[in-house]
Amino acid sequence: MLEQHRNIMQFKEIMAKALDGGRLNPEEARELYQHADFHMLGYLAHQVRLRKHPEPQVTYVVDRNINYTNICVCGCRFCAFFRAPGQPGGYLLTREELAKKIEETLALGGTQILLQGGHHPDLPLSFYEDMLRFIKARFPIHVHAFSPPEIIHFRNLEKSAIGLVISRLRAAGLDSIPGGGAEILVDSVRRRVSPNKCSAKDWLRVMEEAHNQGLRTTATMMFGHEEEPRHRLQHLLALRALQDRTGGFTAFIPWPFQPQNTAIQRAPETAVAYLRLLAVARLVLDNFANIQASWVTMGPAVAQLALRFGANDFGSTMIEENVVAAAGVHFRLSREEIKRLVRDAGFEPQQRNMAYAWI
Amino acid sequence: MVDPARYQELGIEHIHEKVQRGERLTLEDGELLFACPDVTAIGALAHQVRRRFNGNTTYYVMNQHINYSNICVNGCRFCAFAREPGDPQGFQLTLEEILDKIKESLKYPITEVHIVGGCHPDLPISYYESIIREIKALRPQVRIKAFTAVEIAHFARREQLTTRKVLERLQESGLNMLPGGGAEVFSARVRNLICPQKLSGNGWLEVVSEAHQLGIRTNATLLYGHIETHRERLEHLLALRSLQDDTGGFVCFIPLPFQTANNNLRGIEPVTGMESLKTIAISRLMLDNFAHIKAYWIMLTLELAQLALYFGADDLDGTVLEEKIGHMAGAQSDQSLTRLELERIIREAGFDPVERDCFFQPVYREV
Repeated sequence: MLEQHRNIMQFKEIMAKALDGGRLNPEEARELYQHADFHMLGYLAHQVRLRKHPEPQVTYVVDRNINYTNICVCGCRFCAFFRAPGQPGGYLLTREELAKKIEETLALGGTQILLQGGHHPDLPLSFYEDMLRFIKARFPIHVHAFSPPEIIHFRNLEKSAIGLVISRLRAAGLDSIPGGGAEILVDSVRRRVSPNKCSAKDWLRVMEEAHNQGLRTTATMMFGHEEEPRHRLQHLLALRALQDRTGGFTAFIPWPFQPQNTAIQRAPETAVAYLRLLAVARLVLDNFANIQASWVTMGPAVAQLALRFGANDFGSTMIEENVVAAAGVHFRLSREEIKRLVRDAGFEPQQRNMAYAWI
Repeated sequence: MVDPARYQELGIEHIHEKVQRGERLTLEDGELLFACPDVTAIGALAHQVRRRFNGNTTYYVMNQHINYSNICVNGCRFCAFAREPGDPQGFQLTLEEILDKIKESLKYPITEVHIVGGCHPDLPISYYESIIREIKALRPQVRIKAFTAVEIAHFARREQLTTRKVLERLQESGLNMLPGGGAEVFSARVRNLICPQKLSGNGWLEVVSEAHQLGIRTNATLLYGHIETHRERLEHLLALRSLQDDTGGFVCFIPLPFQTANNNLRGIEPVTGMESLKTIAISRLMLDNFAHIKAYWIMLTLELAQLALYFGADDLDGTVLEEKIGHMAGAQSDQSLTRLELERIIREAGFDPVERDCFFQPVYREV
């Protein structure tokens, strides 16, 4: 009883701090994440969301995920999408295929493409530069491309420097960098689940360099594989620290690991676990303007509720999505359906671009 | 977060106060709750009431579903399961086929067999009596929850017996309980449009009332998200609450979201997660004399059913071997779950799983 009372008193202080826009320290974040009541977490996160975005709009972007190749030397254990070099089923998109996908995206009112792929062993940086120039010469579209692990992979192949790789890609037309490949930004976890992928420090260095060169980026987290809850909080704190230095992150996007067809066999995170993490992210990342709900992994119903657990963005229409689908999860939503879900949750749908400006 | 200021801002502070005092909500209160855009505010109130009734417990049951026939004379427009007499896709299980299903599941530690079917034009009451008697002979410990009020009324009409007599005969055969199906929405306006041939709302309530008088407890359902209004949903809840005041015979209330596939109601958007959570929460708040609210994962999906545990629900239903009715209407869930999966979902949500029987009595098993 005394213990319970102390908890309530302790939460009162943390709550007051969060509602007041104060910064949660690691202990407070842990306390909330481990012990706060589900409804309390949601309420606090939503209050913070309302302070940052008092307007009733929930944003979404019309875009397409294009994966230029699934051939990858990384072999991450959580990935159901990649094929090792030489393995059947590997592909590399042709220019024609790429152009067709972009034309379709523009025809559907799309404003950007998310362009990512496996770590192909043979393609030089000039291949990607040419790809960007090819796109930019033909299409008025925002290119959100090459997550930090890809950039580190290019650097390793070129024996170049991160800054140089980014500036060459920028010069070729790169508009912004997606926050993928962050997984859990703790090396002890990365060594287990993705031993060949870039380190946490390298991921953060790519983002810092990109921000310093004026590129905006997002940040993600894939949780629910082999990490501990404390690693998730470490991840959030690392992002917060970098954002303090650069302010270059536009949004944070967490999603739960999908185990089907991967080398990690465990049950997927549940809806309640997802919403708790989302709410804590909203509370810890006080310097992030936007938190994105993930309907593509959690489904439309949970994504709706996410809008009351800290998320202010419904993500993308995902005209095409391959990576989550490879792990056996096949949610599909049309633009009209997204609008209906957002309205039904009590908000106004608003199309945006990558910089979260309204269109 | 049940902070009074929050409810004041939403204009429902008097509802918040009533819930704190344990006072009964009115139909107008219910309408204000449906109009409130903040589903989590309603959910937090419902969760408070859920904790009063059931603490941190979430129930599940080890059960098996048997649908004896899909041949039905009712032709309800929302139904994807039924086939008209003479339709080549119609089926009717023989007693032997039903008993085979029971024998196949003898290896599972089931405590409840749930049996429902279409209103078949030709099957005599002796068929239903033998189903119950023979299942009891094979598995004496299981409880049989069978035949909705709609089926009972159909048997009575066919046999030219009173519904009370039908209930008595089935009770003598070993029937333990009636499921809550066939209630749909009691409103005559709605029933005329979606199921004009089906037993009326009053008829449903009368049969269930008779069952309660005979000591046969029942569940109650609501099929929401088709053409009914929020007010009609609330009137349905109030009719159930009023009967429960009289008899106390309801065990559990089960709100069922309408599934849009393969039926004759066109142009209806699928029920959203928000609408389901709101309906479950408002049911918990209105039905102050019902001990249990079920989040039927088959219809909701497991994700939404888990979330519903924080919006007033305290039961996930069960293992449900071989579900048909919801799946033929496009339900996106699996057709059965193991005990381990159910317990994991419940624990992950922060609740204590308790296996129950059909009356919500805890099941203690020897290890």
